[in-house]
Amino acid sequence: MLLAILLGFAFSLFLVFTGKFFKGRISILAAGIPLALFVYFAQFIGRISDGEVITQFHSWIPAFGVNLGFTLDGLSLLFSLMITGIGFLVFVYTSAYLKGHKYLDRFYGYLSMFMAAMLGLVLSDNLISLFVFWELTSISSFFLIGFNNTSRKSRKSALIALAITGIGGLSLLVGSIFLGSVTGTYSIAEMLTMNPEIASNPYYILIVALIFGAAFTKSAQFPFHFWLPGAMKAPTPVSTYLHSATMVKAGIYLLMRLTPVLGDHEFWNTTLIIVGAITMVYSAIHTLFRTDLKGILAYSTISALGILVFLIGQGTVDALTAAAVFIIVHALYKATLFLITGIIDYQAGTRDTTVLRGLRKVLFPVAIAGFLAALSSAGIPPTIGFIGKELTYESTFHFGNMAILLTGLIVITKILLLYAGFVAGIKPFTGTLPERFENTKMPSFLMWLPPVILALGCIVFGIFPGLIEGSLVKPMVSSMGLDGKEIHLKLFHGFNVILLLSVITIALGTVLYFTLKPTKKLEAWVAKFEKFSPQTIISNSWAFFFKFSNGWTNLFQNGYLRNYVATIMVFTIALTGYSLFTTANYAVDFNSFSTVTFYEAATSIVMLVAIGYTVFTRSRLAAVASMGIIGYSICILFVIYSAPDLAMTQFSIDTLTVILFVLVLYKLPKYLKLSDYKMRIRDGVLSLAFGTIITLLILEVLAEPVNKEVSDYYAANAYILAHGKNVVNVILVDFRGSDTMIEISVLAIAAIGVFALLKLRLKKSDQR
Amino acid sequence: MKTIILRTASTYLLPLLLMFSIFILLRGHYSPGGGFVGGLIASIAFVLHSFARGLDNTKELLKIHPGFLMPIGLALAFLAGVTPVLFFDLPFMTGLWYPDHLPVIGSLGSALFFDLGVYLVVVGVTLTIIFTITESA
Repeated sequence: MLLAILLGFAFSLFLVFTGKFFKGRISILAAGIPLALFVYFAQFIGRISDGEVITQFHSWIPAFGVNLGFTLDGLSLLFSLMITGIGFLVFVYTSAYLKGHKYLDRFYGYLSMFMAAMLGLVLSDNLISLFVFWELTSISSFFLIGFNNTSRKSRKSALIALAITGIGGLSLLVGSIFLGSVTGTYSIAEMLTMNPEIASNPYYILIVALIFGAAFTKSAQFPFHFWLPGAMKAPTPVSTYLHSATMVKAGIYLLMRLTPVLGDHEFWNTTLIIVGAITMVYSAIHTLFRTDLKGILAYSTISALGILVFLIGQGTVDALTAAAVFIIVHALYKATLFLITGIIDYQAGTRDTTVLRGLRKVLFPVAIAGFLAALSSAGIPPTIGFIGKELTYESTFHFGNMAILLTGLIVITKILLLYAGFVAGIKPFTGTLPERFENTKMPSFLMWLPPVILALGCIVFGIFPGLIEGSLVKPMVSSMGLDGKEIHLKLFHGFNVILLLSVITIALGTVLYFTLKPTKKLEAWVAKFEKFSPQTIISNSWAFFFKFSNGWTNLFQNGYLRNYVATIMVFTIALTGYSLFTTANYAVDFNSFSTVTFYEAATSIVMLVAIGYTVFTRSRLAAVASMGIIGYSICILFVIYSAPDLAMTQFSIDTLTVILFVLVLYKLPKYLKLSDYKMRIRDGVLSLAFGTIITLLILEVLAEPVNKEVSDYYAANAYILAHGKNVVNVILVDFRGSDTMIEISVLAIAAIGVFALLKLRLKKSDQR
Repeated sequence: MKTIILRTASTYLLPLLLMFSIFILLRGHYSPGGGFVGGLIASIAFVLHSFARGLDNTKELLKIHPGFLMPIGLALAFLAGVTPVLFFDLPFMTGLWYPDHLPVIGSLGSALFFDLGVYLVVVGVTLTIIFTITESA
């Protein structure tokens, strides 16, 4: 399984190096990867449906309990098949949709990176590795939304999406760490038995709230939903794949995965039902006011995600079965609708529902796909959408004393979604063909075949629900910790209230479709409420934060090096001084000091003279040179106190420092009085205070008893373990070699920084 | 600063200082020294040369831009650290030692290559910074 995940990453890395060479010529071959993975995962269907759970374990950071554990059970199998299956169709579709695009290789790179990350997410058993993959999906989504990087709007949408899902990711990390510290493990499989313990833990509410934070942002629940319509700036294959079929379901996946661990608790259930209900109704209403096909689909996707959260919140076998089926239903019909929207946009040049009409005459196969998808979305038999809708009604209708309210809400949502599906799947194809679309041509079969395949899926699974019942739905419900044996999917349940509700839904929805026409006027009217929307509130506070941090930065990063140094020193003096003042005991034992030798005294006198000369000289070069004398004097002190390594290094460093100073100062005018008398006094006081504080600090440190365990260990083992007699060097290259490794990397980065600062000529006039 | 004495001396000083820096590098494991100091001394040698004979001459002498020494050194240090992981299944940065003592160097081990990497990085960093500043000053 690890290899299956790594394949996508490997391919995207491969494209980094060879993409320019192939120039998108092999784009169709790229589709082989998701296809191969689909076949790979499909072969597990038999074993999974027998109740087997396939696991794989790779040790990663065992000391922290962070490992690469992968679990393939009903839940992850369904998601894996969806990711690879729809991935395959999207890869194929893209090869025609973005044919000849300058950055096609880049696009495939991001897309396969996303696929790999998403697979890793749904297969991970370890919460920390799940978090890593979660973040990777956010990042690849950021690049894909901003793929059209010359458009300001798409860059902004990408940033908003990244910010929202990124906050959710952090919330997931914190939640996972809490969960890990409560249970003592990061493995979800091991947490399964601990539900009662976790639920009685005082941190339960906090953990659940954090996990919700992650799931709601990723799955675009109210009030974090607004990034998703913005994300529709991405090319249509991306909207299909990430922002409808897979990535936005990551939140749903997380909730389902953790249902057996955290679920069955009042807080869990109530919050999910309320948030899900608000989201599904709110965004379903929004679809009425949109004229852009993608906008309609975006809001109906949010609404569908709301339904899923709503169902997971109920937590009964019925509800989770309904959720499982609805995930399949939604993936099939919504992906179809998105793909045909892409075709319409590509061939007819517009996505405006108010002008699109009669396209069936020019895009016949696409029209069939749209029609079937709309039927499934409306839940009209014999599509699988009908089964999904029946199950949903079934679960809400039997949900205790809230049944009437919940059923009412879901029926309203379904009516509105039927309208949205019809507008997106049927409306563009019916009626008379306007003159401007008469020359619309059929796209390449690579583009129209994928939606047709998906649309056929809607029908086939509807007529033969047995195909998914035992293989996907039952194992999925079982993996959420419930008994899925009683589940039986069928089209006709007999004449009962549920069927009546279905009839009402379809009838009212159809009436709505024929009476309400989407117009620009409605869209403009609803835009007035924009200023109360969560998006406006968040982007306003965003702007405020931006202004504030700008002002803050300008206050401190004012470009004067001396001010930086002064600020740092004032802070150090204030904080250290306060701490010393309140806690230190000033028990300095002067008798313990060794007597001052002649060499020490002589060196100190040299230093004092050099300091005086540095401060009062009127020549820069002389000041630098006498600074060098101070440095050398310190080196001599090191030599006296037998630290030859330190002294050697310090000697070389001081030499180079003087050279550097001279190089810079040599070119400056002879002497300029930059600071006046007052400033010099201020600086002098500051320096003296700083020196005093450091001296006091060192005296305090010396008064403390020293723990020599570490240095004794190094001294004792330097020769035994590392074959070296010079302990300092052995520590540098062996005992703490990783530190040195990082230090030299930092050095290299600093050098590159200097090089870039001095060589980079941004202005044309500076270029030589 | 291009006095004839310094110019003549630098011809002899450069190889001497470089040899000294390598000497410091090699003895580091037993006596004071090591890659860090060695690298600094080598840098000083080149800086001295550039002072005496001009930056262009030093650059010509070096053939490659000193910046390229940084990735080479980093790669060498990283390889020294990662070799035990790849070939001996030991943790990262485990010291490997050639069993016999060699003349002059003493024990030969992966730490020496690591130190050599540090040496190269230090030379690269110092010279890059100083040369860049010299050029733009």
